Amino acid sequence: MKRHLLSAADLSRDDAELVLSTAEEMRSLADRPIKKLPALRGRTVVNLFFEDSTRTRISFEAAAKRLSADVINFAAKGSSLSKGESLKDTALTLEAMGADAVVVRHGASGAPHRLAHSGWVRSNVVNAGDGTHEHPTQALLDAFTMTRHLGALDGRRIVIVGDVLHSRVARSNALLLHTLGAEVTLVAPPTLLPVGIENWPVETSYDLDSALPKADAVMMLRVQRERMHGGFFPTAREYSRRYGLDGRRMASLQDHTIVMHPGPMVRGMEITADVADSDRSVIVEQVTNGVAVRMAVLYLLLGGSEPAVGGEE
Amino acid sequence: MSTNYLIKNVSVLGGTPTDLLLQDGVIADGADAPDDAEVIDGTGLIALPGLVDLHTHLREPGREDAETVESGTRAAALGGFTAVHAMANTEPVADTAGVVEQVWRLGREAGHCDVFPVGAVTVGLQGTQLAELGAMADSAARVRVFSDDGKCVHDPVLMRRALEYVKAFDGVVAQHAQEPRLTEGAQMNEGELSGRLGLAGWPAVAEEAIIARDVLLAEHVGSRLHVCHLSTAGSVEIVRWAKAKGVDVTAEACPHHLLLTDELAATYDPIYKVNPPLRSAADVEAVKAGLADGTIDIVATDHAPHPHEDKDCEWAAAAFGMLGLETALSIVQQTMVDTGLLDWAGVAERMSYNPARIGRISDQHGRPVEVGEPANVVLYDPRATRTVDPAESASLSRNTPYRGMELPGRVVATFLRGKATVLDGKVL
Amino acid sequence: MPTHPQPESDGARVVLDDRDIVRALTRISHEILERNKGADDLVLLGIPSRGVPLAQRIAERIASVEGYDVPVGSLDVTMYRDDLRLKPARALLHTEIPAGGIDGKVVVLVDDVLFSGRTIRAALDALNDIGRPKAVRLAVLVDRGHRELPIRADFVGKNLPTSLVERVKVTLAGIDDADAVTIQGVVQ
Repeated sequence: MKRHLLSAADLSRDDAELVLSTAEEMRSLADRPIKKLPALRGRTVVNLFFEDSTRTRISFEAAAKRLSADVINFAAKGSSLSKGESLKDTALTLEAMGADAVVVRHGASGAPHRLAHSGWVRSNVVNAGDGTHEHPTQALLDAFTMTRHLGALDGRRIVIVGDVLHSRVARSNALLLHTLGAEVTLVAPPTLLPVGIENWPVETSYDLDSALPKADAVMMLRVQRERMHGGFFPTAREYSRRYGLDGRRMASLQDHTIVMHPGPMVRGMEITADVADSDRSVIVEQVTNGVAVRMAVLYLLLGGSEPAVGGEE
Repeated sequence: MSTNYLIKNVSVLGGTPTDLLLQDGVIADGADAPDDAEVIDGTGLIALPGLVDLHTHLREPGREDAETVESGTRAAALGGFTAVHAMANTEPVADTAGVVEQVWRLGREAGHCDVFPVGAVTVGLQGTQLAELGAMADSAARVRVFSDDGKCVHDPVLMRRALEYVKAFDGVVAQHAQEPRLTEGAQMNEGELSGRLGLAGWPAVAEEAIIARDVLLAEHVGSRLHVCHLSTAGSVEIVRWAKAKGVDVTAEACPHHLLLTDELAATYDPIYKVNPPLRSAADVEAVKAGLADGTIDIVATDHAPHPHEDKDCEWAAAAFGMLGLETALSIVQQTMVDTGLLDWAGVAERMSYNPARIGRISDQHGRPVEVGEPANVVLYDPRATRTVDPAESASLSRNTPYRGMELPGRVVATFLRGKATVLDGKVL
Repeated sequence: MPTHPQPESDGARVVLDDRDIVRALTRISHEILERNKGADDLVLLGIPSRGVPLAQRIAERIASVEGYDVPVGSLDVTMYRDDLRLKPARALLHTEIPAGGIDGKVVVLVDDVLFSGRTIRAALDALNDIGRPKAVRLAVLVDRGHRELPIRADFVGKNLPTSLVERVKVTLAGIDDADAVTIQGVVQ
């Protein structure tokens, strides 16, 4: 039985396409007078956030509420690695409250995996971003957004640019887009690509300019200025010059190519304001689509006696 | 008058069955057995010299919730050990004569096996100032092995001075080879899997760079160096090169690095989190080959007990380390003997003679199973099998990575100076 | 799914062939117009999957009679079903409400088979979240009886007395090979 969504690798192509087609139906809800569906009435969804992420939390909250679920927000910021309340104790508390699903954001890679597989809780677990590991619903909303603009993703060229090493968005997208038949190119300075990436199902490049003209979608990843102090690149200025998307580079894109960003953006660092606000930018739409995709995931996991999609066990 | 034991028909190091008499703490000829000697049927059993562990964490003083000298040495006896070296990273750190004498005395009081405290190289393991190595050497504990294990003596000047200073009392510095800057926040072996799992990588070079530096330092100052828990193929190569060059270096491998690989991290279960981390299958093969050809001198357990709550959590928050004393001989049998890489004489070298020699306790331990030698003997049944149940461990902790695994072999009895510490697989 | 011994089929019996279906839909179309006194304010909503092409065919006939295109849409009721939790999560089918909406309109729900009435109950709940029609009517190709709720059809292609163990199957060209309504008896 499939119970959890922990990694984009948990989704077969059929699973992923089911989520996307379900999200398409969910998205039409936005046009209706009553933006609510009864599917999860009586179910309790807990948003368990050990890291600040207002956007993701609100997106899951809106998704659960539009499906008529009861939502409990549990912000446990700071206690992830300290010796305060442990992940396990928090999980046991939520279990006692009768959670049917736990949407978890955690600073430690694998924390949702632990939550799902340690026998602490019986709930369905949805990974809302864990450390530098994965963020599968972000990848689903990105794929959904691409599909709306580009149609089926088979053979489409997707270029993902930036801090791949620390990016859970890049990991989940690389896996999911490959599953959906797209050709993914990861572009970053060598210091920001993980060891062993040559075995991922992607192309890699150090040269943004050569990757852009063939792209059907360009996804810019956030680059934290703190990385500069880790010596991953010399200066923010040099990073922007080599890996930032500005108006000049945007001009080399094909007419239909869209520009994406998972947010929050560092304008002037990886993306200039004129690109972020251009007609190609689908960044705001990504946010809208996030709610529909998360509704689809919650519905398919919780809407029946057992889930229609998901991972192991 | 203590009991004398007549062990009949036992195979010493896998040789032709014979009778051994353990009388008044010494091995004697079985033919001379007195009538009142207790007879043990040794049929099918192998007699090995009492095992010596150069690398054990007994946690006392400070973390008696995880292990005590009493519980840790009980586990050691069950694993066939008659001597263990207790690492210095306790609370307070074993960096003074007072602390090492306390640990030494606790070991004597427990009586399950001899405890030889390891002294810290630097005060508080802080890596800035040498601890009073001479005072620890001169204490009742007679410390000869010095280590900041858990931390690397990364300052090259301090490492040089330590290597030089211990020459005065024939000591050895046992280095935990981990370049700290290359392993900041590191969680698991750096490789394709660490990238996929989003766990910060622990590159092999962080271990190898320190070993390379230290063998050069040891050569330069003419001191002996011991390398703790060597875990990579590259480390094996460097030690092999250094030995060929005549550097006085010895090295140890841990049982878990002979069997387990980094693939286990994919479970995100911190029971597999250890320092140095589990490495690739190729590294495991290289470490086994190094142990077989003598590049690696000894097997040491790095027995590292941790309370349940330090492992029952997310990976990044969990403590490094795993239990090892009670399973070490079985793992060595499975990975080295059953595979034909070592015979039982080779096991005796690597788990008894060599560690005793490195620790400078060869007057009492690591002696052959021969008439006239101290009666430190293990009886081992290599044909038995058992399924590891953490609840059965003598350790106060349960963090064994072998939970549920079926392992070969069983320690039937352990004798310390002729006195049985374990009989019929049970602590006396 | 519990595994029962597979009952032997006695073969499918055709109760409506393609020509019967054409006649039934033509009649239903006329009845809708008669009842509504023309095509004003009508909205046809098919219940997926086979209610949707039926609604489209009815709309075509109305257009040929009245010269007026009645808005046609589809209404998926999956999330409103009372047995949602009894089965694994099901894929959603397409809902499309015509541009003019349904407020103040006469909505005719169109489905292939009327049986327990639970689908129609779910459809009424779904409509409730979409708007407030002036009236809701129900057109079905086959009414096979065995109602479990106080629901009846306004327009029926054929009343088909069945036993509970029998299966009624509607096939429609476009989705299936050809138009037909068949009934499959089951021998225990």
